[in-house]
Amino acid sequence: MSDKVKVTIDGITVEVEPGTRILNAARQIGGDIVPPAMCYYSKLEGSGGKCRTCLVKVSKGSEKDPRPMPKLVASCRTGVMDGMEVQNITSPEVIEARKGVVEILLINHPLDCPICDQAGECHLQDLSFEHGVGNSRYEFVRRTFEKIDLGDKIQLHMTRCILCYRCVYVANQITDNRLHGILGRGDASEISTYIEKAIDNDFSGNVIDVCPVGALTDKTFRFKNRVWFTKPVDAHRDCPSCKGKVTLWYKGDEVLRVTGRKDQFGEVEDFICNTCRFETKNTSSWVIEGPRQISKTSVISANHYEYTPLPVIKENKKLIDANKVEFERASKI
Amino acid sequence: MARKLLLENINVPGIHSFDVYRQNGGYRSVEKALKTMTPEAVVEEVKTSGLRGRGGAGFPTGMKWSFLAKPEGRERYLVCNADESEPGTFKDRYLMTHIPHLLIEGMIVASFALGAKTSYIYVRGEMMPQIRILERAIAEAKNAGFLGKNILGSGYDLELYVHPGGGAYICGEETALIESLEGKRGNPRIKPPFPAISGVWACPTVVNNVETIAAVVPIINDGGEGYAQVGIGRSTGTKLISASGNLNKPGVYEIELGLPVEEFIYSDEYCGGIANGKKLKAVVAGGSSVPILPANLILNTINGQPRLMSYESLADGGFQTGSMLGSGGFIAFDEDQCIVRNTWNFSRFYHHESCGQCSPCREGTGWMEKVLHRLEYGHGKMSDIDLLVDVSKKIEGNTICPLGDAAAWPVASAIRHFRDEFEWHVTHPKEALERNYGIANYANPLPKFEEVVGQN
Repeated sequence: MSDKVKVTIDGITVEVEPGTRILNAARQIGGDIVPPAMCYYSKLEGSGGKCRTCLVKVSKGSEKDPRPMPKLVASCRTGVMDGMEVQNITSPEVIEARKGVVEILLINHPLDCPICDQAGECHLQDLSFEHGVGNSRYEFVRRTFEKIDLGDKIQLHMTRCILCYRCVYVANQITDNRLHGILGRGDASEISTYIEKAIDNDFSGNVIDVCPVGALTDKTFRFKNRVWFTKPVDAHRDCPSCKGKVTLWYKGDEVLRVTGRKDQFGEVEDFICNTCRFETKNTSSWVIEGPRQISKTSVISANHYEYTPLPVIKENKKLIDANKVEFERASKI
Repeated sequence: MARKLLLENINVPGIHSFDVYRQNGGYRSVEKALKTMTPEAVVEEVKTSGLRGRGGAGFPTGMKWSFLAKPEGRERYLVCNADESEPGTFKDRYLMTHIPHLLIEGMIVASFALGAKTSYIYVRGEMMPQIRILERAIAEAKNAGFLGKNILGSGYDLELYVHPGGGAYICGEETALIESLEGKRGNPRIKPPFPAISGVWACPTVVNNVETIAAVVPIINDGGEGYAQVGIGRSTGTKLISASGNLNKPGVYEIELGLPVEEFIYSDEYCGGIANGKKLKAVVAGGSSVPILPANLILNTINGQPRLMSYESLADGGFQTGSMLGSGGFIAFDEDQCIVRNTWNFSRFYHHESCGQCSPCREGTGWMEKVLHRLEYGHGKMSDIDLLVDVSKKIEGNTICPLGDAAAWPVASAIRHFRDEFEWHVTHPKEALERNYGIANYANPLPKFEEVVGQN
C-alpha cells in the first residue's frame, strides 16, 4: 500500500491512488461529505471546474508542504497530495461560498420545475434543496431563449441551461463529430448549433443523460409523465453499437423512456446508442434484470417501500417486534 | 529629469525604423547576450535585476523564467502578451506604436534565455495598426539578420510571429491567451497545470507582458545590478504609467518606481495637476480592476506616510486602505465625477467581458451591473449596497481566473470608501440625476479617517 496517498476529508481519512481528484476521494468515503458537482462528470475527460459548487477548503496542502491553499479550490479538478487535509461541510467558509454559487446559478434559471421533464431527477433541484437558501435576492428579468429542436429527438431549452459544458464534452469524446457548442460569452453565452443544424449522430442522445438540468430533453418522453410515477427497471439487449445496458422507465406495461444506468452521483455507467434510447421501446426487445435501485434520497424512490419500514411501524413497539426480521434487514441496508 | 530606460529615444525621429533604432544603440543587448552570455546567465541577470511582471500581478520575472520546465525533445515557447485591454491602460500600445524594435529586441533576448525557437506576440485584435507596425519591424530585423536561422552567427534560430487576438478582454489572461493562440475559444484553463509546465500545445510556455519583455533590454545592457539600482526596495526599475482622466497632461509616462504619487499628479514634469483647477476626488491606481482610492488615501497611506508609486507602497494597508500598482493604468477623477456611475461603468465592462465559463463570474457580474444601474438611475434601495458587497464577496476568489476578482474589487472598494455617495444616490434619487455628490470629505486630511477606522 506504499504507493497510495492518505487524504483526510472532514476528519475522515481515506487512502486513494495518487492523482485522484479530491471529489473522487470524497466519493470513496461517501455520505454527506461528498461535494455536489454540477459540471464534473467522471467519464468525461476535462470536465469540471466550471460550476464551482464543489469548492472545498484545503487546510493543509500535503505532508511535505503543509501550507493551506490560499483560496477555495474546485475539488473536481484538484488532485490529492499525501497528507492533504480538506474541509468540506466542516468549513463555514465553504458552506457560505456554496450558498452563493447556488444562488448565482439560480438567478437566470426559470424555476419552471412544475412543467419541466427533468423535475425529480434534476441535479439543480437537489443542489438548491440541499445547499441553497430559500429565497433569491435577484429582482431583474431573467434571460430567456426560444426552444430549439436539435434534430427530431432532442429538444434544447436554453433558458434552463447552467452551462456546465458536459454536452459539449460528450459530443467531443463520444461522438465522431461535434455540431453544437457554446456561442456568445458571459451570461449571453448559449449552447447551440451553428445556424441551427440538427444533431444527428448515433450517440447524440447521451447529451440528454449528462445534462444536469432540463435544458436537453428527450422529445419522445417530453410531457409524457413525471419521472416519479414511472418505474425504473434494469434491462439489457444485444446491441451492435453499444453495450445495451439500460434502464427502462415503465408506466404500467408501457416503456415510456430508455436511459443509461445512472449511479448515485447521477453519472451513467455506460453511454448508450440512439437506437436503444429512442427506437427500442417495447418490453419484448429487452431482457429484464430487475428493478433499478435509485438513491433513497431521490424523489423517484418516494413510493418504493422496499427499504424503509413504514413510519407507523417505526413508532409502534408492538409492530416493531412483529416485523423484527423485516426491520433488521431494512436498517442494515 | 528622472532616468528613462525604455522611452529614452522615443522622440528621435524615425525611431520606429530599424536603421535609426540601430544607430541609437538598438540591438546591443542581442549582440551581448548571444555572443557573450549563456541562456542561464541571462536568466540569472534578470533575477538579479528584480524585474517584476508589468502586466498586473507583479510576479518576479526571473523566478517565472526559472520555473519553466525543460524536458528533453520538447519545444518551449515564449508568448508576449500584447492583448492590452484593461480600461485605463494603454502603455503597451504606445510602446509598440512608437518603438516596436525595443519589443522585438527584448523578444530575441528573452527567447534566447528560455531556449524558445518560436515565439509569438499576441496582439489585441483591435490594434490593427500596431500589428502592421510590428510585422514590418520583424521583417526589417529579419533582413538585418537578427531573426531567422543562425542569428549573428551564434547558431541560435528564432522565428517570431505576430498573432492578432480574438477581440476579448479575457484573452489577456495567460491561459485564455494560450487557448486563443491555439485557435480555440478564449476560455481560461483551469490551473494547475501552469503554463510553465503545459502551455501552448501542451509545451512549456512563458507568457510575459510587452513592457516586461522590453525591460529585459536595459537589464542586459546595464546588467542586472545596474537595473536594480533604479527604483525602490523590491520594486526595481522603471514603469510605464498610462495616466488618464481629469489631468492636465494625460499620457504615457515612464517613472522610476518609488516616485511619490503626489509628485506624479501635481508636478509639471508628469501630469501637471488636475484639469480646470478642480480638486482630486479619487484615483484608480493600476487599471480598472484594482480597488479605487479616495484622494486622501492615494496621497498618503493610513500611517501618514506619503504614498509612492511602487508595488509595495500602493498595496500598503491591504484592501482596507490600499490598492495595487496593477498594470499602471492611472485614472484620476476630479470633484465632478460620480463614483457610482464610474463603478457601474466598470461593472458593465466586466459583465460584457466575462467569458461565461464559470458560474459566479458569468451570472454575478451581470447581477452587479444591473444593481449598479438601478442605483445610478435613482431606483436603488438601501439594501442594494449591502447586496453588492455580498455578491462581490461571492464572486471574489471563487472563479477559475482572476477576472472574477477584477470585477469584484472595484465594486467592493468603491462601496468601502464611497458609501456616503451610494447612500446619497438612494436617499436623493432625483438630485442624483441632476448633479453630482461632489468631493465631500474624500480629500480631507487623513487623521479623521483613522478615527473612523479605530471605531470599527
